[in-house]
Amino acid sequence: MLDAVREVQATQAGDLAVRWNCKAGKCGSCSAEVNGIPRLMCMTRLDGLPTGEPVTVGPMRSFPLIRDLVTDVSFNYEKAAGIPSFQPVPAGADGKRRMYQEDVERIQEFHRCIECFLCQNTCHVVRDHADLRPHYSGPRSFVRIAALEMHPLDAGDRLPLLKDGAGIGLCNVTKCCTEVCPEQIRITDNAIIPLKERVADRYYDPIAAFLRCFKRTP
Amino acid sequence: MDARVIRLEPHPAQRGDAWWAAPLLTAIALVAFVAYAVWAALQNGNYYAAPYLSPFYSPCVAARCTHVSVPLVGAWWTLSPALLVLWVPGGFRASCYYYRKAYYRSLFRSPVACAVPDAARDYRGETRFPLVLQNVHRYFFYLTLPVLAFLWWDALRAFRFADGWGLGLGTLVLCANAALLTLYCLSCNSCRHACGGHLDSFHGAPIRSRAWKIVSRLNEKHREFGWVSLASVVLADFYVRLLSVGLLNDPRLF
Repeated sequence: MLDAVREVQATQAGDLAVRWNCKAGKCGSCSAEVNGIPRLMCMTRLDGLPTGEPVTVGPMRSFPLIRDLVTDVSFNYEKAAGIPSFQPVPAGADGKRRMYQEDVERIQEFHRCIECFLCQNTCHVVRDHADLRPHYSGPRSFVRIAALEMHPLDAGDRLPLLKDGAGIGLCNVTKCCTEVCPEQIRITDNAIIPLKERVADRYYDPIAAFLRCFKRTP
Repeated sequence: MDARVIRLEPHPAQRGDAWWAAPLLTAIALVAFVAYAVWAALQNGNYYAAPYLSPFYSPCVAARCTHVSVPLVGAWWTLSPALLVLWVPGGFRASCYYYRKAYYRSLFRSPVACAVPDAARDYRGETRFPLVLQNVHRYFFYLTLPVLAFLWWDALRAFRFADGWGLGLGTLVLCANAALLTLYCLSCNSCRHACGGHLDSFHGAPIRSRAWKIVSRLNEKHREFGWVSLASVVLADFYVRLLSVGLLNDPRLF
């Protein structure tokens, strides 16, 4: 698809605005909506689309349009800036921090994110409810928070942010973010739902709250 | 190449594929299941055909049950005994993360499909009553475990006929139903969290690590287990019902 758009740009519409870079599905620049479905143009084959019908290519609809296929995605960076960064636990007696393979594997998936923002674009909370945007960070932010919250060497606590500022309760787990992720990150199952369960532990589970009363704090 | 640059006005839904098909089928299946379950639960009869007990009525906890599992409720309960139990698996399924996706899409149309406009105007997700109660899913999971144990007990008792031990088609139906429901329960996201998902490090917790990995593998098929077990519970009830009213004879394999 990206090659076709570049061909059009080269031969018929020299002023067509389109972002692209790696052409290999790794830079996340060429996000668009092909036949109304959020996708990376470089990873969409024309022969995979219905033949005999017009192919439509449009910009991501959730973000302000700059021109043609180029949108202003700064909303996503603003949300990312609000997430407290990695806060390392104190080092061990030998001055080192150790991380084990089984724990690396778990959060490795989240680091595959290429920030194409297709998940943000397709999330109906971001897409259809502009009034909720100040209170909702979206699936990309949840993936980032999951990578930090499940990090064995991170001491930060982002659950209050998740519940209120990031608005994880606004997500109704309809899995559109997972469906469009070009990196096949299981965003809903491995990031959002585990985070929802952690928020439930803290705020919605009366038995867990009762048991916490008897837990010693270090 | 035959290409023209047409600058289209933004349109709410530009998907040209059959995005409506999956939510439509899901809605039909969910409504059909709920209709059958309500009908079966309100029948208050034909739920036992020795030695088979319908899963909709298991465990049968009322003293007036045709086949009492545990007499927890006295003879004063004259309504269908299914009503005493069905709220547990019903609540478990209703608050299940997969089924939430299914009915938010197909019944609430919020959204009906990806990149199709949300039908809900005053959308607040799961932040307000009653949907904030979805957070109690874990409790329904815990409550479902004893119900599951009774279903296995019923499956074992289905080997015991009036003339001794044996194996009928109904035995296989109840065993398959119990197995599928077990897979559905154990692949639950709350189970995954309880097994080890709440930990940041699995180092030093080998049993929880192993359990989390197994449940995580099962969780990848949670949707499939959800649908197949939904069908199996209906089929098991229907089979017992047909035996009970005499429309079918249970073939004995030995």
